[in-house]
Parts: sequence; structure tokens; C-alpha cells
Amino acid sequence: MLSVETHSTLAEAARAMGDRRRYMGGGTIVMREANYGASGFDRILRTTDPVLSEIRRENGGVFIGAGVTMARIVASPELAFLAPAARVVGGPAVRNMATLGGNLFAPTPYGDLATALLALEARVRAADGGEEPIERFLAGRERFGGLVAGVALTPPERDEFRFLKVSRVKPKGVSVLSIAAHLPRPAGRIAGARIAFGAMGPTPLRAKRAEAALEGVRLDADGIAPALAVASDGLAPADDALASAWYRREVAPVYLARLLLEGEPAR
Amino acid sequence: MKTPVTFTHNGAETAVFVDGGANLLDVLRRGVGDLSPKYGCGQGTCGACTVLIDGAPHLACLVLAEAAAGRRIETTGGLQTGPEPHPLQRHFMEGFAAQCGYCTPGMLMAAKALLDDKPAPTRDEVVEAISGNLCRCTGYEPIVDAILAAAAEMRRRAA
Amino acid sequence: MSSIEFRKDLFADERDDTLSEIGHPRIRQDILGHVTGRTRYYDDHLFDGLLHMRCVRSPHHHARIRHIDTSAAERLEGVVRIVRPSDVPRNLNTLLSLIGFGRDDEALLSPTKVAYRGEPVLAVIAVTERAAREAVAAVRVDWEVLPHVLDVEEAIAPGAPSVNDTYPNNTFDYHERYDHQKLRFGDVEAGFAAADHIVEAEYQMSPIEQAPMETCGAIAAPETNDRYVCHTATQALFFSLGTTAKLLDIASSRLHFIGGTVGGGFGGKVDSITEPMAVLGATLTGRPVKFMWDREEEMQVGAPRGGERWRIKDGVAADGRILARSFTGFFDAGAYTRLSSYAIVKGTGHLPGPYTIPNVASNVFCVFTNRTPATAMRGFGITGVDFAIECHMDKVAEAVGMHPVELRILNAYRDGDMKPHRRAAKNCALIECCQVAAAKAGIRLSPEMAAASSLAGGGGARAEIPETAVDEVGRIGERRQRALPTAPQEGATTKRRVAAGTHGSSVGAAAPQRPDMAMDPRRIGHRVEGGGSQEVPGQARDISRPGVHLPPSRQAPEPVTRPAAAPPAAIPAAARPGLDPGPPGRAAEPPTSAPKPYEPAQPFQKGVKRPGVSRFLSGTRRR
Repeated sequence: MLSVETHSTLAEAARAMGDRRRYMGGGTIVMREANYGASGFDRILRTTDPVLSEIRRENGGVFIGAGVTMARIVASPELAFLAPAARVVGGPAVRNMATLGGNLFAPTPYGDLATALLALEARVRAADGGEEPIERFLAGRERFGGLVAGVALTPPERDEFRFLKVSRVKPKGVSVLSIAAHLPRPAGRIAGARIAFGAMGPTPLRAKRAEAALEGVRLDADGIAPALAVASDGLAPADDALASAWYRREVAPVYLARLLLEGEPAR
Repeated sequence: MKTPVTFTHNGAETAVFVDGGANLLDVLRRGVGDLSPKYGCGQGTCGACTVLIDGAPHLACLVLAEAAAGRRIETTGGLQTGPEPHPLQRHFMEGFAAQCGYCTPGMLMAAKALLDDKPAPTRDEVVEAISGNLCRCTGYEPIVDAILAAAAEMRRRAA
Repeated sequence: MSSIEFRKDLFADERDDTLSEIGHPRIRQDILGHVTGRTRYYDDHLFDGLLHMRCVRSPHHHARIRHIDTSAAERLEGVVRIVRPSDVPRNLNTLLSLIGFGRDDEALLSPTKVAYRGEPVLAVIAVTERAAREAVAAVRVDWEVLPHVLDVEEAIAPGAPSVNDTYPNNTFDYHERYDHQKLRFGDVEAGFAAADHIVEAEYQMSPIEQAPMETCGAIAAPETNDRYVCHTATQALFFSLGTTAKLLDIASSRLHFIGGTVGGGFGGKVDSITEPMAVLGATLTGRPVKFMWDREEEMQVGAPRGGERWRIKDGVAADGRILARSFTGFFDAGAYTRLSSYAIVKGTGHLPGPYTIPNVASNVFCVFTNRTPATAMRGFGITGVDFAIECHMDKVAEAVGMHPVELRILNAYRDGDMKPHRRAAKNCALIECCQVAAAKAGIRLSPEMAAASSLAGGGGARAEIPETAVDEVGRIGERRQRALPTAPQEGATTKRRVAAGTHGSSVGAAAPQRPDMAMDPRRIGHRVEGGGSQEVPGQARDISRPGVHLPPSRQAPEPVTRPAAAPPAAIPAAARPGLDPGPPGRAAEPPTSAPKPYEPAQPFQKGVKRPGVSRFLSGTRRR
């Protein structure tokens, strides 16, 4: 039998976590498991702590609470750069429920927002105030024992951030893959690009060889060609009902090219 | 263990005892007796259980019943408030926007949320609003047409 | 003017020309319930004390059950009853047994082995759905995993794992004689020899899940009059009622089925699995029981449209006339027959498509594989082969350099033409359809094609049944011993020819369970072979009816006398009339027992013939 425990603060909920307990954010992941008889937990923990729904400026960056929903991200002007990723998560009802914190744990092929946060090199803040880079967090998320308070990140400069979700059903579908790209161009040439792929591995993954190949290039067909050639390197897509691993690898550079050349003058 | 939960259901204050971990869909259907929201998947894929919570569409099958405490819940069962059907209901009927009818309550709630927020939506906005609601019978075109027609009628009435 | 002005003669006595519905919206009579949420689907009936039933399912494609340990599940709080295969009074069925087609091959809960992933072996009834899920998870099954086969042609190769104990050769037995459904009309080999072009291609259709919004399910509850009420999502209420009565060995008069309000079906709700389960639960507990598939079950064990593979070979004259067409078809039935056997008979009647081709042959196989059993979906039996045929027509058009629409007009059935299943074509309208479609698509037809008519040029020589080459390849079980060609006429060592102009003869279907179920010969249109040695057990043979078939050993010449099926112990039930198989479906029982054919307590009436009533309403249209 399941039971539910509601705590008034995140810290209290974090202390109450333990064996056979599961923390629930918006419910789109945990309730789905509960409905299908998940046997891994018999107590659901939740909290009404207002810190989870905060969006605030902080140290020149922004902090987004783990309980902020996709719908709120879309509606928040200060998070406009994340809206393209938040808007394509589920339909309107899912976006009213699904939270940033949940998306960090969403199993592949879900996790479009987490993919965007990965390319932005967000820092994941735990309930105890500790922070770690999102890349390390995602790699170890199966073993993460605490609770996530939110993420802190530095918003990208205008037009430096791009996001693309590829799905087979329009307007709403699960990702065949998603791509987020942070493309600083201080002097017309890429410097320090960050490329993240969703649904191309067990968690969102950085395409580090492609990032390196973009260093110093211009965003045109010739400039990006070396990056496209290594786009899937280091990624580990799987077969699922939506696409085969082979297909995902084949189309990843095609969509990366579209994303990189999006809005660039044709030559 | 049963937990008491109170919320507003279609305008009426309602109290029910819920099982630990029960979802709002089960509670509405078996606890409250409002059978209008439907079970289609239990995993947030189909939209048949869409209800409005504080005016915004939610999937009742993924809402923890205890999280609905104190909130305002609307379902298709409460859509018609007077002797006449709601304009959305009327245009769904006249426009053949339902065949088996199983997705209809969810569609209507998704549509109501849209029209409450945007009285004059574009066709694309209507498509987006029902993008989380699957239909296997009619195709979506008559549904989109019916929502647009209802929006036009509601604007005429409001004018 | 309506765009459908052509061929109004077809239904002249049926159709009132003042009809004006098309193009005008009409309000459905049930839609007020739909838009107010007041329509009652099966799950919208509330019962106090409702129990929930869920199944323990196979995680393997193919496995034998060594042992099931339910002790932990039984101890869980909320568990009311474990339902075992031995709780099912008659735990073997095939859907079409209600019309006497095929042998019982599928258990409601499988006692000995599973043949597809998701096959149920046990059920749990508990006070909540969650308790039922927890109990299912607590059941321990010791599986002996068996080799499996997922491809139709691999399944019919010698040495393939045997999927279905009732049909150990992995093919449905047609007419107690062949491992496939044959169609022979003329001589395709002669047609190919006379052709200028040979056009061959293969087409593969994947399984498709109907995916109704409402998952399959039923709620059953004891009534106060010694009956059980059953609210169900079935698309086939009386089919489900009859199937439930049979499996539970209960008089159908004690079953009160309520349905008709279906949350989408598309063919996927005819298989009558949830109803017997729910009623069984109600009989075992005396309480209301719901058996409902969740979405994962709907997708995994809900029977889809089966996959189909078709090979078509055409012999075509340089002027575009198709002289011969040969089909080799494979229906992937999955692990059990359900409706695939019937789909093939239906599909064979449809060949070669709406075209007059003087030489047609087909071999269509209903193949058992370790996939989810297939069932009905929107035009099944026809949809797949039509797709193949029409793709193929385009290929033929390309081969002979004709416009595809003109090729279709050239070859289309005209009124009076003989179809390969030996019925004259009537009410033809393909030519007119092509002409209208061409006009709307801006395709300019040659004057000859534009002037063509379904009313002209048919009949005469085209009404004749040609001399027909027949063969005996593909006896039941033969393919299990050695690889045989699958295409029609290939590998035939002895060939016979049936004289032109005769209807020839036909082997009837399986023996009717009762004499009054025998087909009226006037409705078949051709002579039926045999003297009816296959007696209905316990019934005197009605000599006014034609015999239905002979066991193959009485037929001559006989290249192979009923080859041994493998495993040889599993002799089809029909070959062992009168043998009492003992209680079916016990776990300890070896798979050698052949279940007794189902016998309804009372004969049922076929069709309705009322003078003055439209033949299109009466079910006797075939005459």
C-alpha cells in the first residue's frame, strides 16, 4: 500500500528521504509509476516549500526552483531563452504539471529541458545548498540521494542559444532526439560552443568532439562540416519505439546542421 | 490508510476519503461519482482524463489526489451550467466532433481552458491546445472546427 | 449534381433517389451523452465492493511453465483469490468455434506453456487495483525458455519451433487437408508462358495496433436472479456472450451482457477475453469483478491487425492485358488462430482484385509465430492484399508503358465476367470510378478508355470457367518434413486438370458440429466433394445435405497420406472423432489430448430470409 507524506520545507523532506521513499514533484513521472504498480517505493514524499517555485536573479545569473513548471518557464520573460525547450514538453496539461526538477530525472527519450540546461552548463543545487555541474549530476543521477532545490545558470547572450526537438508527431511528440546549442561568437567565430543531445543516450549528453570541432569556425556549411562528421561521437543512442539507434545516429548530424545554420545567411 | 481531502468540484465544495497514492481521476470517478473524465492510459499520454485545476488543464490520472486539496476542479460534467449546452458542447454536437465520444470530455476541458484564456484563438493555437489529447475516430479537423466555431459564438454572445 | 451518377442501376430497387444526406451535417443520436460526459461506457458502472482482477503474464516469447509459486502473493493484504487455469471450466477455445471453423487452440489462462510475450498464465483478484498489481508482482513463475520464431517463413521451415500445440506445424489446417488456402482458376503457368512481361514483387505489411482510446475491459457482477451481469467494451456482444458461456460452461441464459457503448474499437474488441475473465472472477468470488487492461497491456497483448507478406507474380501481354496472376501470401496469426484463418478465406475470395484475369492461383498461409495473436482491424483480410495488388498494378503499368489508370480500366471486371472464386461479377463500377477519378485528377484518357463501360464487353467467353490446373502440394504436415515451395503450382509432382466450363468441386470446410449447420449447397455455387464420412458425433447424418469432406486417406490419387504432424502425437481433433480427451486444460495433461469440438446446447439459426425484405439487409446477399 502507498502512503503520502507532505512536508512544509524542502530540508525537512530531504531529511525524511530514505529507503522505499520517492520524492514527487509535478507527478508526471512518479504518478505514472504509481499507477502502473511501481514496486520500488511505498511512500511518496512531497513538499509545499515556496523555494521550489522561485525564479530569481542571483549573482549575475538566475536561479530556477525545481518545482517551476514548463508552463511557468514559457510564461516567464526572463527565461525566454528556455521557452523553446519548455514549450515542446508534452501538451498543455503536461506542461502545467511537469517541473524542471522532474525533467532532470526524466528517463530518455524524455528530458528536453534538461538537454537545454546541459548546453547552458547549469549548476544543480541540492536541498543542502551544495551545487554540482549538471553534466556530473546527470551522469550520477541514478545514485543521487538528496533532493534538488533548483538550478542556477548564467543566461546566454541574445541569439547565442538554440534548441531543436525532432519528433514524428506534430505538434506534440516524444523526442527522436533533441539538440541544444550554446554558441558564443565574440568575433564572428565560435568560441566555447556547447552542444547537448537529448534522447541520444541514457541521459542528455554533451557532444564534445563536435564542440571542439566548432572552435573558431564561422557558422556556414564549410565551417560546421568537421563538427557534423563527429556529431554522434561519444553519444550512445538506444533503440526504442520511436527510432532505432542507427537512425538516431544517421539523422543527428543532419539536424545539427539545420540548427547551426538556422537563421544564418546562405552562402 | 484513507486521507480526507476537500476541494471544489464543479463549483460545489466536496470532501472525499482517498487511498494513499490514489490519483485524482480515480477519486473523481469512484469517490465523487463524476464519471465524465475517462481513463485512457494512466501515464499522461492520451488526455482523456483532462480536467481543469484552478482553471488550467491537468491530467487527472497523474495528479496525486492529496495535491488537489483546496483547489478548484472543473470537469465536463459541470460544463453545462444552465438549460442549454455550453457553446463548446453545442458545436461538438453540430460539427460531428465526436464519434465514440471517449476522448470528448478531455477535449472539451482542454478547449475550455484555451477559450477562457484566449477568446479569439488562431487555428494553430487550437491545435496546440488539444495537442495532448488523442482521438482515434474522427480525426482532429472537426474538433478544431468546432472549437473555433464555439469561440466565435462565445465572442458574439459577449459582444 | 451528385458526382456519383454512374451505375445507378445497381441498387435501383434499393435506393430512393431523393436521398440528400451527403454533404449535410447530421447530429448523432448519442452525442449529447458524449459532450456532457453522461455516456456510460462499461467502466462507468459503479459497484459496491468491486474487486479488481489482473493477470500474471509471460515475459518470454515462448516458454514452458515449470512451476508457479503463489504463496507470497496469497499472503498479501487485499488478495481475495488466485485464479488458476484449472478454475476455467473449459479452458480451451477458438473464437470461430461458434461458427464451427477451426479447432480450439487457445486457453484463457495457459496451463502448460506460453507462446507469446504477455500470454496470461494466472490471475489475481484483489480489493484494489494496486493490491492486485502487487500480488501479480509477487507471483514467482519458473519458466523453461523455449526457442521462438517471429517470422512467418522461418516458422514454416522444417525444424522451426512449434508454436501452437493444436496446430503443431505452425500453419492453420485448411479443410483438414492443406497447410494453406488454395485458389486455382485456369493455369497460371500457361499464362506466364504466353506473357510478354513477367512482373514480380513482394509486399510486407507490419502489424498495427487498433489503439482505441478506451482499453479493453469488462465488469461482471452476480445479479439477484442467478445470472451474471457483464458490462463490456466488446464490439461483438453476442460473440462475447457465446464465448463466455463456452469457456465457463455456463448456460448463456444466465449471462446478461450489456454493451454497445464502445470507446473506440476498430476491430480490436472482438476477441472476447476480458468478458470470460470478469465473469469467471464474479463466479469465483460472488462479488463484482473488473478486468481491465491498462494501456501497456492494450499495446502488448491487445491483438493487432496481423503482419502480412504477399508475393505477386503477373504475366502481362504487351498490350497491358494481365494473362496470369499468382499470389503467395503469409498472414502472421501470432500464437493462436483468433480470426486470421477466416481473414484468409475472406481475402482469397477477393483475389485477384477487381480485375478479370483468366489464370489466377493463390496459396495463402495462416502462420503461427510467437507474436501477439492477430485479430480484426478495419477490412482485415482485404486491406493488406489490396495494398499489394494496387502497388503491383502500378508496377505492371510501368512495365508495359501504360498509364496506371488506363491499365486498370483495361483489366477491370465487367458485368458478367467470371471471378476466380466462380461467381459472376455483377454491379461492377471500377471503370466508372477510374473515369471519374481521371477526370477529377486532370488525366486525359484515350477515347477507347473514356468510352469503356462496366456494362459492355463482359460475359460471353469471359463468363466461362477455364480448364483449371490443380495440384496437391502442401498437405498438412508435409512442409514440416521437407522444405516445399510456397508459390502456387510449384513443386507439384502430380497435376490434374479440371475441365473447362465446370464449377469443378470443392472440399468443404471442417465438419459441421450439427447437421443443421451444413452449408446450403445452393449458396456455395459448386459441388462439394465427399460422402460425408465425417459424422457429427452423436448425430445422425442428414442425407438431404451434402457431405462436407472426406479424410484425405479416402481421396485418390494420394501422394502423401496424411503426413505425420510434428510432434506426431498431436493428431488434429477432427481426425479422432469420438475420442474423449478428458478434462481439458489441466497443467499435468500432456499436449497430446485433442479437445472435443464445442457443441452448442441448441442449434442456432443462420441468416434471415423474409419475403419482401431487402436482400442487402437479410444476410443472404451471396445468392
